[in-house]
Amino acid sequence: MNCRSEVLEVSVEGRQVEEAMLAVLHTVLLHRSTGKFHYKKEGTYSIGTVGTQDIDCDFIDFTYVRVSSEELDRALRKVVGEFRDALRNSGGDGLGQMSLEFYQKKKSRWPFSDECIPWEVWTVKVHVVALATEQERQICREKVGEKLCEKIINIVEVMNRHEYLPKMPTQSEVDNVFDTGLRDVQPYLYKISFQITDALGSSVTTTMRRLIKDTLAL
Amino acid sequence: METDLNSQDRKDLDKFIKFFALKTVQVIVQARLGEKICTRSSSSPTGSDWFNLAIKDIPEVTHEAKKALAGQLPAIGRSMCVEISLKTSEGDSMELEIWCLEMNEKCDKEIKVSYAVYNRLSLLLKSLLAITRVTPAYRLSRKQGHEYVILYRIYFGEVQLNGLGEGFQTVRVGTVGTPVGTITLSCAYRINLAFMSTRHFERTPPIMGIIIDHFVDRPYPSSSPMHPCNYRTAGEDTGVTYPSVEDSQEVCTTSFSTSPPSQCVFTVTKAHFQTPTPVVTDTLRVPMAGLAFSHQLSSSRLSCQPAALGVGSADLACPAVFAAGLNTTHPYQLMVPGKEGGVPLAPNQPAHGAQAGDQERLATYTPSDGAHCAATPSSSEDTEAVSNSSEGRASPHDVLETIFVRKVGAFVNKPINQVTLTSLDIPFAMFAPKNLELEDVDPMVNPPDSPETTSPLQGSLHSDGSSGGSSGNTQDDFVMIDFKPAFSKDDILPMDLGTFYREFQNPPQLSSLSIDIGAQSMAEDLDSLPEKLAVHEKNVREFDAFVETLQ
Repeated sequence: MNCRSEVLEVSVEGRQVEEAMLAVLHTVLLHRSTGKFHYKKEGTYSIGTVGTQDIDCDFIDFTYVRVSSEELDRALRKVVGEFRDALRNSGGDGLGQMSLEFYQKKKSRWPFSDECIPWEVWTVKVHVVALATEQERQICREKVGEKLCEKIINIVEVMNRHEYLPKMPTQSEVDNVFDTGLRDVQPYLYKISFQITDALGSSVTTTMRRLIKDTLAL
Repeated sequence: METDLNSQDRKDLDKFIKFFALKTVQVIVQARLGEKICTRSSSSPTGSDWFNLAIKDIPEVTHEAKKALAGQLPAIGRSMCVEISLKTSEGDSMELEIWCLEMNEKCDKEIKVSYAVYNRLSLLLKSLLAITRVTPAYRLSRKQGHEYVILYRIYFGEVQLNGLGEGFQTVRVGTVGTPVGTITLSCAYRINLAFMSTRHFERTPPIMGIIIDHFVDRPYPSSSPMHPCNYRTAGEDTGVTYPSVEDSQEVCTTSFSTSPPSQCVFTVTKAHFQTPTPVVTDTLRVPMAGLAFSHQLSSSRLSCQPAALGVGSADLACPAVFAAGLNTTHPYQLMVPGKEGGVPLAPNQPAHGAQAGDQERLATYTPSDGAHCAATPSSSEDTEAVSNSSEGRASPHDVLETIFVRKVGAFVNKPINQVTLTSLDIPFAMFAPKNLELEDVDPMVNPPDSPETTSPLQGSLHSDGSSGGSSGNTQDDFVMIDFKPAFSKDDILPMDLGTFYREFQNPPQLSSLSIDIGAQSMAEDLDSLPEKLAVHEKNVREFDAFVETLQ
């Protein structure tokens, strides 16, 4: 089974990075989250309800819909905040990317640890631009809003291709497919990482090293 | 084809499609109410949330949708459409979007109805939630209020895209294959509006700054009226009830099986749940008049606060109240919009001279039994609308009047030499170019460098009284449609940063330049000079002493 990979690119002003990333990530997670599963006897289960919330952006003329889950929002804001700080501190050309990867865990026999098999990866490449005047910023607000609208349409188009999705798991397997740690919703297992790229395109990959370490960890 | 599907699956599929259609309409209309929507997640399934999504049901909208469907389901050649249009306070209207739920012939025989189809429909609804915030009409709907309102209309049958003008764009929300056909949800939307908000910041001429086509006769004058995208309180419409929500009591308790994945246990039960039953709604009748629904106006928040009733989930409390008594003598009452600017105008708008032939459609609603039209206006620009509607109120009960009024639209740019200014009643009449139709001097096309009036937008709405400040050069002024200063939010305070900036961006006129003080003539000035000199001569010694102190 191949991993599906989608790439989106956005050009934003520095203060728009956070909201643009949150909009994209939340839209993807809205489609990749279900209600909490409640398993009953005989292998049946019922599904909780997912609420949604409109979020207005402060620095972009844009509103996005996210799942009503404070925990999920906090988790995303944390990593997006780290990405934004890394971009700001990099001092490079303001190029970076975040990856949202959905994966399944596959149990391996001892002594090997569980394998994480990605089945869908969303990569958002960000280019930060610096603007001088208020008028340029105002135009940027609207332009970035329109671009994000296009991105949302792209995301929805991919989602509705109804390509591979992990099979609904049994109760014992649910943690291999879904993140059951949240109280109110249940997204597919995911991990978010980011990279800051310099002008030459090579990456400052502290997170890559961390991923490799995780894979080899026993 | 049908023999492949057993009867239980067929029943389930029909039910899914029906409720999917109803939920689709709810999502679309709620997205055009003009406010942010927020629903809560619930980890324990309530059994009443179709497709595992918390989507509230506005009773009027459900009623409209069911009326349009009339017991049918979207099928090949029969689509369910939701039309979203904009209507200005002057009475001009324009279609913005058409959302279509269609079915085509392509079947997916392999798919499991109660499992995969259900989950895919759920995914499609989530996509719809996302896409409804992304089309240009969303931003317009968030700003509706004084100047314009957003209306919706549901119809069933052939899709009518003529009202969207040329160059409309379509976006496909998604598709779901079923054993009887493929369900497709898409939206066709007018694109020229997208340039309105950017026009005043860009000097490039808009691709379509004008809409000259929306007075074309509709080839299929539909019978369904337009409705405002807003919500009235139950307390104000004491006579209004909706033919119950017995269908929403038919809940979907879904259980899915995982062992093996191909087997699914799916049950649909009827009315066996803990939330309000008809017995309870009877007791709710009493407090209905004083109900704690907080309602605001078309431009602002929708909040349903049934907390005072102590009933279960918020989702069902609202329809429960409206189901009180199941009063079928008024099977259909349309809610008239609230206090500000949301009134569909009553028949007394005169049809305009040059264009009286073609007609645009307006619907007015004359509710009965004490349910009243718009309340007293809170702003002067609505007085005309409200006084007209109050006259409409006098007409008999239960009559749905459709009035055909033709006006020159807000966005029409007819060559001015063909139409005299006096016969025009365009909203921004004071900015209409007084010379020929050269596009170069058209203020709507080429905005000037800086506005010269204090509040061009306010000035235009009060087209009779331009303030002293906005003299001359009116044709050089442009109309600021949208102004978004950084960090300002305009949904809380009546006077926000943008309004403040607009009002005070030009300094007031010097009093010495105003006409009143300058009315004194030169001759009088000269005459008064000798007296003033005499007074000064008397005080000459004081002046000399003063000069000496300075030395």
